[in-house]
Amino acid sequence: MLEYFLSFLILTGALLTFIGSLGLVRLKDLYTRLHGPTKATTLGVGSLLIASSIYFSTYTENISLHEVLITLFLFITAPVSAHLLAKAALHSSLYSIVKIPESDAADDSNTADVKPVEPEATPDRPSRPDY
Amino acid sequence: MTRLLPHPLLTPVLTGIWLLLNNSIEPGHILLGFLLGWIIPVLTIRFWPEKAVIRKPMTLLRFGAIFLYDIVVSNFTVARLILGNPDKLTPVFVKLPLDLTSDLAISLLASSVTLTPGTLSARLSTDRSTLLIHALNETDPDALVATIKQRYERPLKEIFESC
Amino acid sequence: MLTVTIQIAFALVTAAVIMSFYRLLRGPDMPDRILALDTLYINTIALLVLLGIYLGSALFFEAALLIALMGFIGTVALCKYLLRGDVIE
Repeated sequence: MLEYFLSFLILTGALLTFIGSLGLVRLKDLYTRLHGPTKATTLGVGSLLIASSIYFSTYTENISLHEVLITLFLFITAPVSAHLLAKAALHSSLYSIVKIPESDAADDSNTADVKPVEPEATPDRPSRPDY
Repeated sequence: MTRLLPHPLLTPVLTGIWLLLNNSIEPGHILLGFLLGWIIPVLTIRFWPEKAVIRKPMTLLRFGAIFLYDIVVSNFTVARLILGNPDKLTPVFVKLPLDLTSDLAISLLASSVTLTPGTLSARLSTDRSTLLIHALNETDPDALVATIKQRYERPLKEIFESC
Repeated sequence: MLTVTIQIAFALVTAAVIMSFYRLLRGPDMPDRILALDTLYINTIALLVLLGIYLGSALFFEAALLIALMGFIGTVALCKYLLRGDVIE
């Protein structure tokens, strides 16, 4: 019985991880691509880690809970890195398949005093449909 | 009291992390964990600009439960959207006007928006009044804003800044 | 039963690694590559956890934890570089 439950968790986790990376290949622009890894992959790895925790708790004599630590860590850090990536993409005005609101497409005052790294990272850079 | 124990919440959290890291509940580890949980907040007090005050623990628990449920639902929603035809997606940028003022509440809201169905927080405006949200497949931006405000922002406001 | 499941899971996660590697090579822009690296390290954690269950060894946990920590710091540093032109201000 437990074995079936473990198999279910492992398969769900692996499938979600797979779908998250599939989104990375299939979707059309960075902003939509960001959705795959932040959601699907995080829960995928989370359920794999829970499966590992249950496995080591039952098949060895001591209870194994330290996998929870990685799960929690991933759930805390995934939104942060996604937010930073989206911010970096907006900052360099990456191609998006939908219109970005006017005031947010340009640099904000937060970064205005620092020169952008890439010389071509200007707001009026032509959009690139080749992905 | 505040000098010796600057963050009463941080100490048990650090102790818990130490025990999880060592994967044991031996008395020695509990003692060492408490020692670390006490000394780290005292030494790093300067790095904690804001003091978190939880006003309504029960609301926080309920928010956590709703949040966990939403994470699971969102994962399967996004998985279905990825497997579907990518040309049929209607992504959109939405501006969410914020009622929250404290840093911690805003960052929690941004993280919850990212982890829940089809939405991603992209940028906080410099005056902290609006949050730019990218939705993967949404046709009604107003309904999305209303849902986020009602489902996540209100409980967070009650928990961290009710007055 | 469990062995077969883990082997299927290995195949799926390896395919995920290959796909994020494709995005890493293909680009087309810096944030895309950083996102691919981010996904790559999360996939690697999944692979390590699976290997841990497969071999029945808890030793892989530390490696997975370290990859999680370093991967997050790497992503943040790269994003910071794109945003500010500098990692440490």
